Amino acid sequence: MEIELLAPDMAPAAESSDDSDLIRRLRAGDKSACAECIDRHSAGVYRLALRMVGDPHEAEDIVQETFLNAFKAIDNFEGRAGLGTWLYRIAYNTALMRLRKKQPLYVPIDAPTTPDEDDTLTTPVQLFDWCCLPEEDFQTTEARTELERAIAELPETLRAVFVLRELEGLSTDETAQVLNVSVANVKVRLHRARLWLRERLAGYFTELAAPAADV
Amino acid sequence: MAHDNCQHLLADLSDYIDGEAADSVCAEIERHLADCADCRAVVDTLRKTIYLYRQLPQPTLPESARARLIAAFTFADASGS
Repeated sequence: MEIELLAPDMAPAAESSDDSDLIRRLRAGDKSACAECIDRHSAGVYRLALRMVGDPHEAEDIVQETFLNAFKAIDNFEGRAGLGTWLYRIAYNTALMRLRKKQPLYVPIDAPTTPDEDDTLTTPVQLFDWCCLPEEDFQTTEARTELERAIAELPETLRAVFVLRELEGLSTDETAQVLNVSVANVKVRLHRARLWLRERLAGYFTELAAPAADV
Repeated sequence: MAHDNCQHLLADLSDYIDGEAADSVCAEIERHLADCADCRAVVDTLRKTIYLYRQLPQPTLPESARARLIAAFTFADASGS
């Protein structure tokens, strides 16, 4: 069965034709422009923040910090990226700083490497084709929880690329701008994230398919 | 993964699925898939994985949080702080 892959149906927060007017008004100190900017871009910023830190309250704090820092620095915004892309970048950096603060100061020298640090692609081990499961099995709360849990388990650099490309619908170029990495790096990370998630979900869906296959 | 070139083709699978692989690479992958059930399962489930994530309901910023955010910035702006 071939699945037609459509791009996410939400419009990316980046690259709006009205953003140039909004930026001009923000720079001029127009009070209503702040509210309009939040209305237009807070949903995407929140989703990225939530996927990065995993806690709704902390994600709300990141949204607030993002807009505070953006409004303070609006005069320095050069417009090379879209306003939405710039806001994603501020939010990503804010989330990353919070995650860094939570990490231990010392990492054991023999700590296992993450998929992102390893040059090789994970060889697929799970080879059962679970696509045959009834569609309703993919739409349960449990299945969706499993999908969210798998994203949360991705190493943060892979997670950021996957969220921006697949869930926020940013282009490869925009994602590279948000993360300040090369386009090639985005492509490699996205591929690793997809393979990793496929492997991770295969365990769950294969188990789900097993009782049906046994009958 | 049973064949010698399964691992070799693995690197190009995202480009293939996204329709960004060169024609020659697509042809090579499709020749391989015709003969390798393991890789067919990997491609099918990789496509399905991407599809499921793109269909996943998105979390939303609570309305109360959005309202607080707007109030905080318009108040701060109005008070000059």
